[in-house]
Amino acid sequence: MKLDRRTFLTLGVGAAAGGALGISFTPLPWKMTDDGSIWTQNWPWTPVPPTGEVSERETVCTLCPGGCGVSVRKVGDRCVKIEGTKGHPVNKGGICLLGLSGLQFLYGPSRVHGPLKRIGRRGEGNFQEITWEEAIAEVAEKLSAIRNAGRPHSVACMTGPARGTVPALFTRFMEAFGSPNVFSNQDSWDTHRQVAKVMYGVDAYPGFDLENASLILSFGSGLLDGWGSPVHMLAGYGESRKSSARPQTRIVQVEPRLSLTAAKSDEWVAAKPGTEAALALAMAHVIIKENLYNKNFVAFYTRGLTDWTDENNRPQVGFARTVLENYSPVKMAAITGVDPQTVERLARQFAKAERPVAVCGRAQGDQAGEFHTFLAVHALNALAGNINRPGGVRIKAADDEAPAWPLAKGDSTSRAGLKRPRLDAVPVRRYPLAENLPHTFADAVLKGEPYKLEVLLVAGGDPGYFLPASSKVKEALTRIPLVVSFSPVYDDTAMFADYILPDHLYLESLRDVPSPPGLATCVIGLARPVVDPVYKTRHAGDSVLEIAKAMSGSVAASFPWGDYEECLREAMGDKWGDMEDQGYWKEQAAAPSWTETFGTPSRRFEFCPDLPQGGGRISVKPKAWVAQPLGDPKTHPLVAVPIQSMRLENGTMGAPPFVVKCMPDTVLEKDWLVVEVNPRTAKAYGIGDGNKALLSTSLGQALVMVLHDEGIMPGLVGVPAGLGHVGYDRFLRGKGANYHALSGAVEDPVTGNDVAWGVYASLRQA
Amino acid sequence: MNKHHDEVTAPRYGMVIDLDKCTGCGACMVACMTENNVPFKENETNKLDSIAWMRIFKISNREPFPKADMVYLPRPCMQCDGKHIGHPPCVSVCPATATDYDQGSGIVSQIYTRCFGCRYCMAACPYLARQFNWWDPHWPADTKKYLSPDVSPRMRGIVEKCSFCYHRLQRAKDRAYYEGRDTVEEDEYQTSCTQACPAGAITFGDLNNADHEVHGLKNDPRAFRLLENLDTNPKVYYMTGKKWVRQACDYHIKDEAAKTKAKPEQHG
Repeated sequence: MKLDRRTFLTLGVGAAAGGALGISFTPLPWKMTDDGSIWTQNWPWTPVPPTGEVSERETVCTLCPGGCGVSVRKVGDRCVKIEGTKGHPVNKGGICLLGLSGLQFLYGPSRVHGPLKRIGRRGEGNFQEITWEEAIAEVAEKLSAIRNAGRPHSVACMTGPARGTVPALFTRFMEAFGSPNVFSNQDSWDTHRQVAKVMYGVDAYPGFDLENASLILSFGSGLLDGWGSPVHMLAGYGESRKSSARPQTRIVQVEPRLSLTAAKSDEWVAAKPGTEAALALAMAHVIIKENLYNKNFVAFYTRGLTDWTDENNRPQVGFARTVLENYSPVKMAAITGVDPQTVERLARQFAKAERPVAVCGRAQGDQAGEFHTFLAVHALNALAGNINRPGGVRIKAADDEAPAWPLAKGDSTSRAGLKRPRLDAVPVRRYPLAENLPHTFADAVLKGEPYKLEVLLVAGGDPGYFLPASSKVKEALTRIPLVVSFSPVYDDTAMFADYILPDHLYLESLRDVPSPPGLATCVIGLARPVVDPVYKTRHAGDSVLEIAKAMSGSVAASFPWGDYEECLREAMGDKWGDMEDQGYWKEQAAAPSWTETFGTPSRRFEFCPDLPQGGGRISVKPKAWVAQPLGDPKTHPLVAVPIQSMRLENGTMGAPPFVVKCMPDTVLEKDWLVVEVNPRTAKAYGIGDGNKALLSTSLGQALVMVLHDEGIMPGLVGVPAGLGHVGYDRFLRGKGANYHALSGAVEDPVTGNDVAWGVYASLRQA
Repeated sequence: MNKHHDEVTAPRYGMVIDLDKCTGCGACMVACMTENNVPFKENETNKLDSIAWMRIFKISNREPFPKADMVYLPRPCMQCDGKHIGHPPCVSVCPATATDYDQGSGIVSQIYTRCFGCRYCMAACPYLARQFNWWDPHWPADTKKYLSPDVSPRMRGIVEKCSFCYHRLQRAKDRAYYEGRDTVEEDEYQTSCTQACPAGAITFGDLNNADHEVHGLKNDPRAFRLLENLDTNPKVYYMTGKKWVRQACDYHIKDEAAKTKAKPEQHG
């Protein structure tokens, strides 16, 4: 057939028309588009979570010391959600973002999957898997060799928190082994306890009945930023604002920065940092001068407000005279930056309030505080007479007694070892209240004095990150021949360890949770396994027992229990029944009356207390008006202060991925740490909003991004704390900078603890 | 049919967030992420590509130190009713019916397998409540194990947003049906953020039901909604006693009252 032009066109048009018609009627292209879109959304790597039987299991969260009851929703054998336990006495059903993220620790990339032995350089994080038998045998063998050589004192242990049966087991191990070098965290609650010892004569952590207070005067405590038991505090705050027209509790926040707590309080008093003692005493001045104190309480239950003669007939100057002569609001205004009228108004409000309470312990309260500030704040509470009354200070009988275990066995080696001086030289004559001074650890190790440290056992607390001058601590860690970490995650200290004997995570194990700090009523929680161990981990309590048993003689004999559970039951005694039934034990006793409260020799509250062991009278008047931070203000004219918030960190665990994700861009920008500077200060240094700058202190420097913020006092640099980790996972590691690496310790003149509230710093445009 | 939908008994779920109670602690954000299988990636500091159904904004009064003040404002999906009920801004623009208004609950849905990622809804939403999956989610280590079977994990190329934990409503309805009831009680259906909030700042329930707490709270003199001038008619209410916060939460122009009065209503 001849294909002429006409035929060609006819065929072409016909084919096109037929094709179009065909396409309109065949479902194929529509089907293909539909399939295509479904197919591009059904990649094999998009998971389909399996279903299964749903169950709820209750336990207690241990990610921070808050002690919240949590319920875990399980589908089959998987944990899928953590929620707050309804009706729990601590958190009342609420929960924080860290607690919610717990499953990212359980199943996440920061976990140690089994016992490890270092094969790379220190800090490199290069480990080799070993078996538990090898791990226990090798550690026990090395410890035995040191002990047999008569140097048991050259082994140190950092327990992290001081309370709880797991730290107690480590302490017991050290005692049986023969080393005095046990270190634990020193926080503001330890300072409260030291103050309670001398002022109230009670050796226990005081609590604060904030829910029932009508006025809370907070000297820098981040009540809503993670202080005390964080969720408990938030729940109490919400409750107090129930009727929004009239909050049941008035909150006055003293702080140099508009923190969250300052913003949520009813009045923010922007006093200069480090001047809390001066402000509190200026308020005491007004209360005494205007005769506004609780006459009944002061007359019958206190000593030392007015001048008196002591047992040796020597006249003594009372608190009132010292305060009236030295602490007038006008004189203090120059120091605190708070005008006298405000001080007078607040003092009157405080004294006249029905149930006022003054609290201290800076920010999250995880650092020891200046002794004089704490003395002044407790004196204010005594002037108001709100002690062991609703809404006041609760002085408790010791709830954290050492577990009721039989004494550890000793032999000649352990007795000789325990007689050796501690690395931190405690008991220090200058600091009769000091129990342990972990901030001196790095210097002692680096100097090798009074002797060389050979082994460090790290049971918690991540000292490589949290101790001041942390880069020095990391250097010290590389110098110790053997570092053993029991951390369940790759924290910063674990990265420097020779052996990691990973503990179970709280969701996989049984342990007691000591009563959360600050609570008026003692609540001891019980963490119970809600899921079988996901990896080859072992309970740290069991690891200690096994190491002890692998060492023969008196060390092994000091640990007669079959496993950790057995010694936990024994330690909890008659509290165990309640703990097993309801997941916690709650104190039932009512607060003792004033006649039964005080354990001082005078059986009264001491306004001018004596130090123990003949340490002399503590002067109300500190040597310096303001505790000085570390460094030289000539070269570093600004002061860097840490910013703590629940959105950054709480407790000693680094932020899991969800918490990092929720960090605002005013804290972290890409990998840059964002620091807050008042626009006036920033402009004086020519640093624009969002500019990069070099933040230097005498201990180190960090590249940061500067955020102009009107909420911070001029002259300060607000540094978010909780970033700059070298451990954990790629979601946290290497982001921002570590405040603790920039800041160094400043010793309190009375307790010897590190009480640095800031560090001199300089900012330069980068 | 319309008559049935307009019956007052049909629930309209809504939320009242007390900004005077909210402490910005972030529990609601993570409660939402863990409930709804929200993914996470290495760098989340660019908040425009960081997926969070519930996000907390910080609002400051821009006064100099020490008069500075701030509040935190948690922002879920506003679950807008629209000017005419059932027509929220996002639903009107969706070419794939991937987002729809449920007349039985007032909840604006998001159907992932229908969405083809045109992002018109994101442009239409005045609250930035919607986020786009630029990448396939990745669950490192064993984190896949904690994924909930109640919510489908999303994939690259689609939009997602807060659903008022719709699966919880389904669960509550199933239970009610099983027990022979035709209504869901107030405490049977609560969103994950409401349940987690430690300060009790979030209240959730049926705005149409006088027995539910939100019904009364929404008429509190402190209550307001975000960008009310836009007539999106959100079902999320906020409460605050601070006047500057209320002003910061809407567009305001100088002499607004006089100008709006003078302006005739526009049609068409």
